[in-house]
Amino acid sequence: MKEFMLVFRQPSYDHSNVSPNEMQAITKRWQDWVGGIAAQGKLSSNGSRLSQEGKVLKAGGVITEGPFVEIRERLGGYMFIKADSLEEATTLAHGCPALDANGSVEIRPVYS
Amino acid sequence: MLPEMKEESELISGLFRQEFSKMVAVISKLFGLQYIENAEDIVSETFLLAAETWGQNVIPPNPTAWLYTVAKQKTLYHFRRQKLFTQKIIPELQSMHENINEINDVNFSSQNIKDSQLQMMFAICTPAIASEAQIGLALRILCGFGIDEIAEAFLSNKETINKRLFRTKEKLRSEKIKLELPGENEINNRLDNVLHIIYLLFNEGYYSKTQNQILRKDFCLEALRLGIMLTEYERTNKPKTNALIALICFHSSRFEARETSENSFVLYEQQDEELWDIDLIRQGIHFLNLSAEGNEVSSYHLEARIAFWHCMKEDSKEKWEEILQLYNQLMMINYSPSVALNRTFALYKANGQKAALIEAEKLKMENNHFYFLLLGELYSGIDNIKAKMNFKMSFSLAKTHTEKQGIQEKIDELP
Repeated sequence: MKEFMLVFRQPSYDHSNVSPNEMQAITKRWQDWVGGIAAQGKLSSNGSRLSQEGKVLKAGGVITEGPFVEIRERLGGYMFIKADSLEEATTLAHGCPALDANGSVEIRPVYS
Repeated sequence: MLPEMKEESELISGLFRQEFSKMVAVISKLFGLQYIENAEDIVSETFLLAAETWGQNVIPPNPTAWLYTVAKQKTLYHFRRQKLFTQKIIPELQSMHENINEINDVNFSSQNIKDSQLQMMFAICTPAIASEAQIGLALRILCGFGIDEIAEAFLSNKETINKRLFRTKEKLRSEKIKLELPGENEINNRLDNVLHIIYLLFNEGYYSKTQNQILRKDFCLEALRLGIMLTEYERTNKPKTNALIALICFHSSRFEARETSENSFVLYEQQDEELWDIDLIRQGIHFLNLSAEGNEVSSYHLEARIAFWHCMKEDSKEKWEEILQLYNQLMMINYSPSVALNRTFALYKANGQKAALIEAEKLKMENNHFYFLLLGELYSGIDNIKAKMNFKMSFSLAKTHTEKQGIQEKIDELP
């Protein structure tokens, strides 16, 4: 089996207006979705969420605050899965809660 | 058998189980682990003498003290003979034998017994030997089970077990394993080895295919005893130790109620909770609370919490949601097909039959009869034709008669 990285993006990670119950429901959806991949024996590494603080460094020593704000999709987290092909990896990505938040999942083969 | 003789022989078997491991540990500590067989021989001879004399005369008022006294005498005698042998016959060996200095006494104080037993636990649960080998030796040396009992548990015979034990002791010698507590840096990892063996020992008792229920229960109780022994030392009294003990308590509490047919999904619903041992559940809760310290979440923590929920008979969605999330976490640190199947069952109870069916179909565990059993359950009421198909597949993969019988019952129950 090969290794693939899944990268999660959403327009917003601002949960200040989300009720605790809703937050719990979102957490559950993520845990169940990752669990679904793990149950198939296809989870390689759980990965992490990323804080929405950050910096961007460009050539010339230019440092800007915050993650890329120009594009509408902020990078939220990543994980690693195992599959036999890019197609299979993409199938595993279905049902990802990022999609419910108008986001996307990028699926990239990892060089070994 | 005359009633007095029966009483005496029960006393001796009880004492054997209790004292064998203590005495072997202390004497091995004195001679060195490489002479563990000598220690076993001395202790066995001591019990033989007890069996011979207590029947003829009177059972001593303090049987344990009698055993220790006799064992001391035999140990000192053996040591002097050994010293004589090495001094007079093979002088060159004298420098290699660390314990050749005068031994005047054998220390059977409770502190030395405790220390020696703990060191013996670490010595046997060394990563240098394979886990299967460790369990056999642990059962013999740490728990005092007889060779025939071990053979029965492993569905083997005495010769095979004896050979295995012999080879394992050889390995202890060749790897030069010593009776000592691991150093500060190592002890956390080594503790993992010990906990793992205790866990395997418990599993052996809990899931063993042998019909001898009493023996299986004894294995579980011994695992519990060894776990509790670890809590008596600060360096081994860790949250994960307490978590493992909690786990053992919770599972053991339902020992009497368990069906022998290994139909784990329906098991919890069919159990008669009148047969659950409330004291063990309470003890489990006590250790579960102790385990809730520190930052480490071991697989024992997760399994203990899951086992705790299974001891709460109420069948609420909240309970199954908790269990589902615990399994989600467990799969990430300790994946196995049976964990995945149990997770899917929890998902069925928490998220509903249809959601679980979608997840279950993805698992594709083609050779696992439990998998098809679960699929059969999940299809029941939704598509009984598919349910029957899956049950039949499960039937064909099932190995034991009781398993097949249970599955046939399910097929017959379908309209």
